[in-house]
Amino acid sequence: MKTFSRRSFALMAGAAAGTALARPNLAFGASARVVVVGGGFGGATAARYLKRLDKQLNVTLIEANKQFVTCPFSNLVLGGLRTMDNITHGYDGLAKGGVRVIHATVQGIDPGARRLSLSTGNPVLYDKLVLSPGIDLNYGGLPGYSQAAAERLPHAWKAGPQTMLLKRQLEAMPDGGTFIMVCPDNPYRCPPGPYERASMIAHYFTTKKPKSKIMLLDAKESFSKQGLFQEGWQAVYGRMIEWLPGKAGGKVTEVDAKSMTVKTEFGDHKGAVINVIPPQTAGEVARAAGFATPAGWCAVDFTTFQSKVDPNVYIVGDAAIAGAMPKSGFSANSQAKVAALAIVAALNGGKSEAPAFANTCYSLIAPKYGISVANVYRVTDKGLVAAPGGGVSPSNAPAQVRSQEATYAEGWYESITHDMFG
Amino acid sequence: MTGRFPLAAMAIVIGASMGSLPAAAQDKPFALALSCAACHGTDGKSPGSIPTIGGRSAKEIKESLIAFKSGTRPSTVMKRLAEGYTDQDIDALAAYFSKRK
Ligand SMILES: Cc1cc2nc3c(=O)[nH]c(=O)nc-3n(C[C@H](O)[C@H](O)[C@H](O)COP(=O)(O)OP(=O)(O)OC[C@H]3O[C@@H](n4cnc5c(N)ncnc54)[C@H](O)[C@@H]3O)c2cc1C
Ligand code: HEC
Repeated sequence: MKTFSRRSFALMAGAAAGTALARPNLAFGASARVVVVGGGFGGATAARYLKRLDKQLNVTLIEANKQFVTCPFSNLVLGGLRTMDNITHGYDGLAKGGVRVIHATVQGIDPGARRLSLSTGNPVLYDKLVLSPGIDLNYGGLPGYSQAAAERLPHAWKAGPQTMLLKRQLEAMPDGGTFIMVCPDNPYRCPPGPYERASMIAHYFTTKKPKSKIMLLDAKESFSKQGLFQEGWQAVYGRMIEWLPGKAGGKVTEVDAKSMTVKTEFGDHKGAVINVIPPQTAGEVARAAGFATPAGWCAVDFTTFQSKVDPNVYIVGDAAIAGAMPKSGFSANSQAKVAALAIVAALNGGKSEAPAFANTCYSLIAPKYGISVANVYRVTDKGLVAAPGGGVSPSNAPAQVRSQEATYAEGWYESITHDMFG
Repeated sequence: MTGRFPLAAMAIVIGASMGSLPAAAQDKPFALALSCAACHGTDGKSPGSIPTIGGRSAKEIKESLIAFKSGTRPSTVMKRLAEGYTDQDIDALAAYFSKRK
């Protein structure tokens, strides 16, 4: 038997006074076991904040990898502005903050027994579970694409070896070659990500291979911060980047890794390097447990981010269907805090207040050329919607404003990675 | 400790203890305040190029946020965010960050 904290002693006294409403599924607040699966933007934030909000909580983080490579700023690695080292983070800070960190893959969830099975053998029990597994690539969603094909046609949509593969291919490409990017339909991780990537590769080409071309074949008719990207592309890179929307021949029907060909309704394109960003779904661990809709994403209650399927499970980040919020690291960080507040409140027998969320996606068009989209989000009778105001950086802004935003993008990266990992 | 616990009892006891600790209650973390950390750092202590706001006076924080929102103080991003904060939010944010040490 553990010693009582003062708080739990007061709670016991309250119980003795005789008000009773049985909630048999909850362990005692002070010893409640909260388990977080996935140590990325949502999961690392959730683990750190759960422990900060209630030091007595027993918080366990289960993450497959020993180190986390951020997708944010991985485009800057492709542009030559950052190294892989710069975007790689460890879990020591979380462990020092009192989070028990287990490196293992969660292979299954038994929601009835509130038990996780792990690749390392020992099962883990939970009272409350936070899932932030990020995305899976839906290889089957694009004919010709597969995990094997991704070794020739990298997605680089999970940062790490795939980022390095794409970088090596770009470095090996002769000057004058065509780089093709296949851009997915909504919803997908990081709406402005493909266009920031095109910008960073254009920066690399301009400095090293100025005769090369960039072709974006897009399933969509429009994209995030489009006006600002196109303004910047023209100003900085002239005609290097060509973007084809779905109806103008951008919709890719098949890819062929052997012949390095991309097929569209309007004809075939050969690329020297081809980056295929396929359709996506919530990470498998959430889908396999039955938490996803047929479309592959997880429905949640917007005020707490509790799963609509199982109220003991909170699903944040890319895996969740989050109304108007984009699938971004910032959104995941914000949602994880709302879930952490809700869990701490629920374990203490209370309810959390009406939440507010925020997101800002910075994108770099060139080293000193930053743009952003920023919004506060709230829950109303229309769902999880943008609050008044917000939106994108002004068009035709002076160079100094673009440069300031590039500096603040770096500041954001420093702050959010410290906020996640301690 | 493996005991199960009646929730209503907890709510009552916690509610009572908060009533006797108004200062602590006002200092409580809330979702909007925690969202600032992604840019301004945990507890408003920035490790990078975005200004630190934790520990600054409530008056200064409140005046800045009002000026960002109305546009009288130029900003790259704070106007767009502050447009989404209510007057009540601004008071709560100013109080919260002034108390971060
Ligand atoms: C090129 C690119 C650029 C981007 N730039 C930005 C940006 O500038 N700003 C921004 O806000 N967002 C950006 N994003 C988006 C951002 O990366 C994601 O939205 C964010 O990572 C989502 O967080 P998450 O917690 O849902 O998933 P992740 O951060 O991917 O974390 C998921 C974690 O769960 C682990 N995991 C999964 N399944 C299991 C399991 N079964 N067992 C154990 N562990 C498991 C994984 O190993 C992983 O570490 C970018 C994305 C890309 C691709
Ligand atoms: C997307 C990043 C971002 C987020 C999120 C953000 N800020 Fe800011 N903040 C900035 C930047 C950048 C500045 C400098 C002014 C500018 O260019 O917008 C700033 C300036 C400020 C200042 C003035 C500081 C000074 O030195 O005078 C205050 C106060 C402030 N923010 C408060 C907040 C609060 C409170 C929140 C959360 C409710 C918040 N900010 C969320 C980026 C952010």
